Order: sequence, then structure tokens, then C-alpha cells
Amino acid sequence: MTSSEPENLPDQAAFQAPLPSAGTPDGQALAIRGLAKSFGAKTAVNGINLDVPAGSFYGLVGPNGAGKTTTLSMATGLLRPDRGQVRVHGVDVWGHPLQAKRLMGILPDGVRLFDRLTGEQLVTYAGLLRGMDRQTVAARVADLLTALDLAGDAGTLVVDYSAGMTKKIALASALIHAPRLLVLDEPFESVDPVSAANIRDILHDYVRSGGMVIVSSHVMDLVQRMCDHVAVIAQGNVLAAGTVDEVCGGASLEDRFVALVGGRNRAEGLTWLRTS
Amino acid sequence: MVAHLIRLKLTLLRNSFRRSPWQLVGVALGGLYALGVLALLLGGLFYLSYTEPATARTVVVLGGAAAFLGWALIPLVALGVDMTLDPARFVTFAIPMPQLLAGLAAGGVLGIPGIMTLLASLGQAAAWWQHPAAMLAAVPCAVLAVLTAVVLSRVTTSAGTALASSRRFKDASGVIAMVPLVLLGPIIAGIMEGLRSSQDFLAGLAGVLSWTPLGSVWSVPGDLALGAWGAAAAKLLISLLALAGLVWLWKLSLARALTTPAHTAAAGRSSAGLGLFARFPASPSGAVAARALTYWLKDPRYGASLIVVPLIPVVMFFGTSQAGDFTAMLWLGPLIAFLLAFSISADISYDNTAFALHLAAGVSGRADRAGRALACAVFAVPLTALAVVVPVAAMDRWHLLPALLGLSLGTLLSGLGLSSVVSARYTYNVPLPGESPFKTPPGSAVRTMVVQGLGMGALMLLVLPEGLLTLAMVLTGRPLFGWLALAAGLVLGSALLLAGIRIGGRWYDRRGPELLQAVSVNK
Repeated sequence: MTSSEPENLPDQAAFQAPLPSAGTPDGQALAIRGLAKSFGAKTAVNGINLDVPAGSFYGLVGPNGAGKTTTLSMATGLLRPDRGQVRVHGVDVWGHPLQAKRLMGILPDGVRLFDRLTGEQLVTYAGLLRGMDRQTVAARVADLLTALDLAGDAGTLVVDYSAGMTKKIALASALIHAPRLLVLDEPFESVDPVSAANIRDILHDYVRSGGMVIVSSHVMDLVQRMCDHVAVIAQGNVLAAGTVDEVCGGASLEDRFVALVGGRNRAEGLTWLRTS
Repeated sequence: MVAHLIRLKLTLLRNSFRRSPWQLVGVALGGLYALGVLALLLGGLFYLSYTEPATARTVVVLGGAAAFLGWALIPLVALGVDMTLDPARFVTFAIPMPQLLAGLAAGGVLGIPGIMTLLASLGQAAAWWQHPAAMLAAVPCAVLAVLTAVVLSRVTTSAGTALASSRRFKDASGVIAMVPLVLLGPIIAGIMEGLRSSQDFLAGLAGVLSWTPLGSVWSVPGDLALGAWGAAAAKLLISLLALAGLVWLWKLSLARALTTPAHTAAAGRSSAGLGLFARFPASPSGAVAARALTYWLKDPRYGASLIVVPLIPVVMFFGTSQAGDFTAMLWLGPLIAFLLAFSISADISYDNTAFALHLAAGVSGRADRAGRALACAVFAVPLTALAVVVPVAAMDRWHLLPALLGLSLGTLLSGLGLSSVVSARYTYNVPLPGESPFKTPPGSAVRTMVVQGLGMGALMLLVLPEGLLTLAMVLTGRPLFGWLALAAGLVLGSALLLAGIRIGGRWYDRRGPELLQAVSVNK
């Protein structure tokens, strides 16, 4: 398995993906059809359909336990769905997993890393696992560590990293092979504002150059500012999906989200918690 | 607080059964076995009551000391300690230290080994029913003994964890730190010797032990039965002091564990460069091998599984030296080969959810299997060769070398192949990354033993050709069979290793997501 990318990409250009191909006939870079998963009696994802157009920066929002992580895990080949189909640029993720995974960079949420490696070793490992050659890996690792402000901690074991640094090194591992589609599950959790801004710049550059990003988040504000498309998921169903303007219709995403999902609690709350 | 912790432990235990019925089966099997042993013990103790009090005392002291040794050492070398109530989880609750210690100790008794020890030591009273004072004293002494046993096991495991996770352990100087563990051999040998020689020796040994913390508490009722009130009082004092000392040690290690989480304990763990990644080929399987070998060197959970490797030859040496016949030492090679080959069978379980990286990167099953087997082979092949050559050289039995080498390398290679298949299909409950390597969920010990037993059986079938050729060589004395065994070991072993990597790889490709699911249950 070799990387299909040109190997002479310095600095930021390292994140450049090739121009979007024709993709699926209908122009979708990621197409999800009837995807469903239950854990025992609990339905986590209830047969959802989702189309992510090529060249979009897609936000996935939903309350805790809505099925965001389950959906993304199934879309990226980490969790086998009960039913349904996922296609990435026309490649069936569950029919041809190795081919599909070559196109995707994945930042899963809530999984461990090989944290007894140093940051540099971990990203190198991710590159070598993808079958890339040593020189390319070394050059890209250096670029990524610099871009994510981790160069100073390259030799520190990942287990000694802070939560935000851990997120960033996992992001670097997802970017190393210059994927055409980036799937990021909660990428900004516990990342400091400066690093978050740097990551956003990198992602915007990446989308401008033809890549595609899907992020899940429950920070509405961030999604509204960053993404051009958004889908609202709750209890395993897609409540609304489309461009940010279509979904929000002039209101803020947060208000729209609360209106769609409901569940605001306007009662007196925890009276005993008042200290005065 | 103590009641709270006990209830917490029982609730956790029940919930873990709900999640994994296997664990319930493990506990049930363990419980049945314990009941059988307990019945035998109680019968024996009752029989003792009809013998001389001095004899009864000797037996009780020796048995009790053995129980203490078991509590101290078995978790260290074999089964781990039940850490359902992990002290690290109580960091955020401001529980006063004395109450936490009391609760954890009570929680430690709740478990098959704890309850069994408690019942057996209480049953000790049965041995003294003809001496009311001794019988009465036996009850509090039993409680004291069980508490000592539980605290003792906590102290030795925390010392063992510190030993296995410290950097120095991996250096050559770590060998020196192994000495106390290695002295196990002579101790076991001494006991074996004692068992074989006269009653006088046993009585003498018990007499000496009864003045040490190992035996003092067990000797109190016997001394009372013999009317030695002074000795009984002195020994009770020794026992109480020993328990106090152990509690103090435990408290020290607990206080340190509560204020310094494991991963911040070692400072300045920084290293430049790619380490082993620069030394292995730049391919997916090379990368997996470099990563796995890095873990063998850096992860205390892997280090702990290697502790037993230098122990085996020492124990075997002292064991065989009693008989004056070292022939059994020749089995060292195949034995070590088996242990090392089986050590990678839980590899994916050790990865835990970090395994998601392999899955997301689309590593082929064959590359993954091959890399892990290669990492183990890098040190297992020289170690196995050493374990064959050294005993052969020491006994000057060079004519056995080809056969033994063939059998050992065959075992190693076939075993690596078998492990490659097994670890692509089965996952175990193992300590999580960063946790104490001596921690085991209740019930998992039985499952580990079952899986290891089945693995050993399967492996014996796989190395049957080498085994038969070795046997033929020994029986006929013709060197040809030895060379044939060597050839069979190398050729058949390599073929089985390749087949194992292939079959395991195919399973892995098909079941990757299910494997990730299985390991993420335990997080």
C-alpha cells in the first residue's frame, strides 16, 4: 500500500489534497444511506441518510448521546453498522475498507493513543502504518509538529502530554497521509484558543485546496463560524441538514438547535445549590 | 465508610458479571475449587485435634506461613491482585486515610482467596476444641492473620509495580534488584527439603518460623494449648507489630500513589529521535514491530510478564539440585520458548482502544500479525537459544543440542504462529495502559489459565513431530534423529508461523471492527 500523493510537498502544502475527483455520480464526497446501529435494546443511530458535497466544511452537531460518534465511527470503518451503506468518493467503506481508509483521515473521540511513544514517534508510526516512505514521513512529521506548535515537545512521551496536546498529536496522525476527507470527532475539545485558531486555519487551507472536512462538535458558535454545511442530529435521527444558512434561516445556530432538539429546562433548578 | 466501600465492591462485582458472563463462570469455577480445597483443609484440621498439641502447632504454623508466602508472592509472579477498589479512584473524595485503609483492607478480604483464607483460619479453631483457651484465641488470631495476609499482598504488589515500572529495572542494574525475587528458589527448595526430611526438621523449622512474623500469629493457639502463656503473649505482640509495620508501609505507598498519579511519577522522560522506528524497515509491518518492541521495553505491563523468565531457571535449578540430578534443566529451552511465544497472544488486549489507529490506517492483517511476531522474535530467539545452550554446556551433553534446539525453536515459531491466530480472535481483560501490571479483574485468572491450558495443548500437537524425533534420539541415541528434529523444528516451525500470520491476518481483516469493540468494553 503506497500513498497516492506527490511526495514533494513542503510546509502547509503538505495538507494539500488532490483536486476533488468526480466523486460519486451525484457529486457527493460522502454519502450515507440508511445507516443504523443498536446496542442491545438502545437504538444509537436510527437509519440516517446524509450527503456531504465535495469541497464542503461540514459540521455535525447534536446533544450528548445523539449518535454523532457512532455515526462517524460507522462512516469511517471503525464500527460495523447493523444496516446501511457508506460511500466515500464512490468507494463503499464496508465493501472495500482498505481502499476507503486510504482516502480518509480520522480523529476518533474517546480512544487511547499509543501513548508510550513520543509525539514524533506516534505521528511517524501513523505515516509508516499507511505504507508511506521514510523521507516523506520525516518531512511531513516535522511540518505537522511545527504547524501544530508541538515541535518543542516532539521528544516527550504522549502519556505526559496535556489533553489539548494529545488532541493535537492525534490530529497530526490523521493528517500525515494527506487524506481527501478528514473526519474529526470533537477536534477542539480541551484545545486552547490559540491552537484552535491555528487548527482552524489549517483546516480552511485544506478545504480551499480541495479537501473535505467533517467535524462533530457541540460548540454551536464554532460550527456556525467555521462550517459551510451543518447537520443536526438527535436521538439517532437527522433533524435538519444543509448549508448553514438553510438550516439556521437567519437565526443563530444555537437558537435553531435548541428549537429543533428541545429539552431546555426552565424550572427553578437546584435551589439548594445557591450559596447565599 | 468501611460499609460503603464493601457495598461498592459488591456492586462493582455484580455489574461486571452483568457485562461479562465469562467472569461469572470464572468466579464460579474458582469458588468450587476453593470449596473443595477448604473441605479438605477443615477435615485435616479436625483430624489434627486428635494428635499431640505440639504436632498440631507445627502443622498449623507451617501451613499458615505457606499461606502468607502465597499471598505475598502469587500476585507478583502469576495472577495479579484484584483491584476492583483501585485507590487511585478515591483521589477526589476526601476520605481520611485510616478509614480508606480499613475499607480497602475489608474490600480485599471479599473475594475468593480472602474468604477462603478467612474460613480456613477460623477452621483452625477446630483443631483446638480439646483446649478451650486455645480455641477461643484461635478466632481473633484468624482475623488478625487474614488482615495481615491482605495487607501483605498489597505491600508486595505495590513494591513489585514500582520495580517493574522504574526505568532502572530495564538496565543491567535491574538484575540486582531481582535478587530478592530470585531468592524464592532457595526458599522453596528449603521447604521441599524440609518436607522430605525428618519430623524433627519440620518441628525445628516451625519453631523458628513461629518467632517470625510469618508464623507467629499461627502459633499463638498452639502455645496456649501447650500452656506456654509467655511465648503466646510474645508471639501475639510480634504479630501485631508486624501488621502495624505492614499497614504503615502500605499507607506510605498509598499516600504516594494518591498524590502522584502514575504517569507523572517519572520526570524528564524525553528522548530525541525516532528510536526503534529508525532501525526497523519503513513498512507497515516494520512499523508495527518497532512499536511493539518499544512497548516491550517501556510498558511495565510487558515488563511484568518478563519477570518470570529469569525466575524459571533459578527455581528449576534449586528444585533439581535437591534431587542431585539436573536432567530436568534440559527442559528449560522448550519451556521458555512456550512462555515467550504465548506472551503476544494478548497483544491487542494490551493495545486497548489505541488499536483504533491500526484500524483507521487500514493496516492489513498480515502486516499487523507479522510485525507483532517479529518484535517478540527479536528477543525471544536469542533467549531461547541461550536457554538451550547453557544447560547443555553446563552438563556437557552436547549430543542433545541439535534435538533440543529443534524442539525449542519449533515450539517458539509454532507458538508465535498460534498466538498470531489467537490474538486476532480472542481478547482478554488485562490491565489498562498505565495501570498497575499486577491488577486483574476478578474471575479473569481462571479464564487466563483455561486459555493458556488450551493453548499449551494445541501447541503440543503442533510440535509433535519435533517432540517425537527428540524422543527417538534420546531412546536410540542416534544423532541422525537429533539433526532431523532440528530440521523439523526450523522448517515446520517457520511454516506454521507463516500459516498463523496468514490465518490470523485473514481473521483480523474480517473482524477488525469487532476487535475494537471488544477491547473498548474494558476501558
